[in-house]
Amino acid sequence: MSLEVSDNSMKWRFDFSRIPSACGLSGFINRDGNRVGGEVIIESMRVMNERGNGLGGGFAGYGIYPEYAEDYALHIMFESQEGKLACEALLKENVNVEKMEEIPTEPNERIVNPPILWRYFCKPRAEKLNETGKSEDDFIVDLVMQINTDVPGSFVFSSGKNMGVFKAVGFAEDVGDFYRLGEYKGYAWIGHTRFPTNTPGWWGGAHPFNILDWSVVHNGEISSYGTNKRYLEMFGYRCTLLTDTEVMAYLFDLLIRKHRLPIEIACSVMAAPFWKDIDRTNGDERKLYESLRSVYAGALVNGPFAVIVGFSRGLMGLNDRIKLRPLVAAEKNEYIYISSEEAAIREICPKPERIWAPRAGKPVIALLRDGA
Amino acid sequence: MPDRFLPSEFIVNVDHQRCRRCKRCILNCGFGVFDFQNMTTADSSKCVACHRCVVFCPEEAITITRNPLAYREHASWDVELRKAIWKQAQNSGMILTGMGNDKPWLNIFDHLLIDACQVTNPSIDPLREPMELRTYLGRKPDRLEVKLDSEGKIVLENPLENNIMINVPIIFSGMSYGSISLNAQRAIAIAAERLGTLMNTGEGGLHEELYPYADHIIVQCASGRFGVHSKYLNAGVAVEIKIGQGAKPGIGGHLPGEKIGREVSGTRMIPQGTDALSPAPHHDIYSIEDLRQLIYALKEATGYKPVSVKIATVHNVAAIASGIARAGADMIYLDGFRGGTGASPAVVRDHVGIPIEIAIAVVDEQLRNEGIRNMVSIIAAGGIRSSADVVKAIALGADAVAIGTAALIAMGCRLCQKCYTGNCSWGIATQRPELTSRLDPDWGAERLVNLVNSWSLEVKEVLGALGINAIESLRGNRDRLRSLGLDPATNEVLGVKPVGK
Ligand code: SF4
Ligand code: SF4
Repeated sequence: MSLEVSDNSMKWRFDFSRIPSACGLSGFINRDGNRVGGEVIIESMRVMNERGNGLGGGFAGYGIYPEYAEDYALHIMFESQEGKLACEALLKENVNVEKMEEIPTEPNERIVNPPILWRYFCKPRAEKLNETGKSEDDFIVDLVMQINTDVPGSFVFSSGKNMGVFKAVGFAEDVGDFYRLGEYKGYAWIGHTRFPTNTPGWWGGAHPFNILDWSVVHNGEISSYGTNKRYLEMFGYRCTLLTDTEVMAYLFDLLIRKHRLPIEIACSVMAAPFWKDIDRTNGDERKLYESLRSVYAGALVNGPFAVIVGFSRGLMGLNDRIKLRPLVAAEKNEYIYISSEEAAIREICPKPERIWAPRAGKPVIALLRDGA
Repeated sequence: MPDRFLPSEFIVNVDHQRCRRCKRCILNCGFGVFDFQNMTTADSSKCVACHRCVVFCPEEAITITRNPLAYREHASWDVELRKAIWKQAQNSGMILTGMGNDKPWLNIFDHLLIDACQVTNPSIDPLREPMELRTYLGRKPDRLEVKLDSEGKIVLENPLENNIMINVPIIFSGMSYGSISLNAQRAIAIAAERLGTLMNTGEGGLHEELYPYADHIIVQCASGRFGVHSKYLNAGVAVEIKIGQGAKPGIGGHLPGEKIGREVSGTRMIPQGTDALSPAPHHDIYSIEDLRQLIYALKEATGYKPVSVKIATVHNVAAIASGIARAGADMIYLDGFRGGTGASPAVVRDHVGIPIEIAIAVVDEQLRNEGIRNMVSIIAAGGIRSSADVVKAIALGADAVAIGTAALIAMGCRLCQKCYTGNCSWGIATQRPELTSRLDPDWGAERLVNLVNSWSLEVKEVLGALGINAIESLRGNRDRLRSLGLDPATNEVLGVKPVGK
């Protein structure tokens, strides 16, 4: 199973094996909802250049499309014009497109061979929703899955509302410049640089991984990948990218969106407490964790990871259950920062009020304040 | 013609220079090999190579060798085939045997290799970090309903119920009182309690003396209904409906009358000395909806304890397992074609059924495809020989494994395969009081505890190498297995890639 990427390959993206990679991540949120330019997250990522090898970088910004806040903003990469036409035909059938345009970029010599990059602000067609009986979110998820598995040469890499993912093959800071992130303002940003151990050379493989408004940047290699992937498949997810991050994103989607578990509970499924600690609790609490671990055994993510998850209400950072990858958090005024390295935080916030290393398996959850 | 048309399989030699005529071998041999006429003599024709005499001879005076008799080679007419024909030509009847399939079928476990971490993800040191083997057996809901109440407190609306916690994903398989001795069952019960795991009564009822261990016992209800009454059903933590057994798919349990003395007869509720022949099918289960009725009858009778259904792994095992899950079972016990037995026709033991590795893979996959994997726990048995097999079985998709033969070997069994004779020199597969009394239950229990603890350590070591610290992250994780020397079709059925991929 080798990777095949060629301009006219119909197998544009799916025929490759899982690739281990290490990474650097950073993210911050203004809890009052005040919007900040994308250059800030680029500066934070630039400090962690060492953590990547130029084979993947990306960002997600929240609150960047206020003028289309009610539309799903689909960012799609196309391998060819034919792919684009096929995909647009499918879109036309299923959604009303409010606006479509090329994603603005500033070509630079370090970002090579960009695919065709377009964005579509759209809503599901009412008659399609009636016909299928799905919720708007489920409808969009299924549409994204359909495009990504069935439409050759098309890949949706961002599908939330009032947010967007920007990613490419390259160092994070170059990717940020390429997408002109300084021209966007968002209340939360996350960034990622990647150090894969071989070269997929495919833009879709960069982070963040996104579905709806969930974006995940991730540093780690999931030792339980096979278990998690097969567990997700039972709930209809198709893990086509063979990346750990995809699995993380789907697990959050399943636990939080579909099963409506509180975020803290979803975290204690994915980075479950040890039995020895559960055994020290009593009554309802013990029953809760005993039930969570048995029922959601397939969703326990084992192996090293540090992850930052962005969603419309906030940011969340989480480490694996024995903290095998670095993660630091800091707070200053209405800002919360989460990063692989303290230096990446101090670069954009030199004097935080509080800086700490979150404990293994204990999430850092930073939500927008009520009314923000 | 001479009576002994068949030459002896083994030659027993007593070194008379060393022998001090203590007669221990005479007492110890269950098969009556030894006699004393001025000196110790041995009738090699009776020897089954169970090594009891060898182990107990204080002078190491006894050696047992394979009879070196040459047979004219024939690639097609294997010597064993010729011997079978000689036997059957002499005494019309089926050839009986004991223990599991001894034919050299491909052993798939031995063609699976386990992954380990290097550089990109760290392995975990089981000496310094917790390694969790705890497992819950039973039906689980697909999702939990967790709400925040008005004070922001987390409330779980559908807590896990009717699951059995075991400390290690290894339980003891069903071996009935009758097929094995009460002392052997005692040893297993004590070990199960000490290990925090389970034993299974097999189909012979539960002797009064074992009721104190009931929290660690699964009681079985087989087609013969031996020893089944309401106190019995309610005694254990779960009830198992035995449909079939790996060593003899499609046929019922057979216990020869010689093994049915007063105690066995009392426990089984049948007359002394009669053969206990379980019907091949349950006569109230001729289809899947009948199974459903029995499952629910047993649940009603026991206040909804978990019900396990044990089947032999046959060709269509995946569809059968799916039916069992949907019929309301909480556990499916898959017994592979290498599973052991006290007595089985050799033709069935050696030629019927499919390997447990394949069965785990296809059942797990089928249940997942149908989205009902959470409905049941899968227990894999019949061919689990080592901690490596445990790891591989769980990685293929089992929740836990059951061991029978391995447990008996730990208590002295030499795999002589003569269990059906009732003469087991090791006091295991016999009811002869002078033989059973030699198996000390505490000694046996200690050896079983040692064995399972050793395997647990080894499983933890492998988990650590895999960078995993909880057994559930191994379950169904076929990504961490590769096959070596299996054909592509088998790889596909197993859901395992070949090495190098
Ligand atoms: S046990 Fe050994 S020493 Fe004793 S009688 Fe037998 S052969 Fe001789
Ligand atoms: S249990 Fe006894 S009779 Fe059966 S194989 Fe083992 S040693 Fe032989």
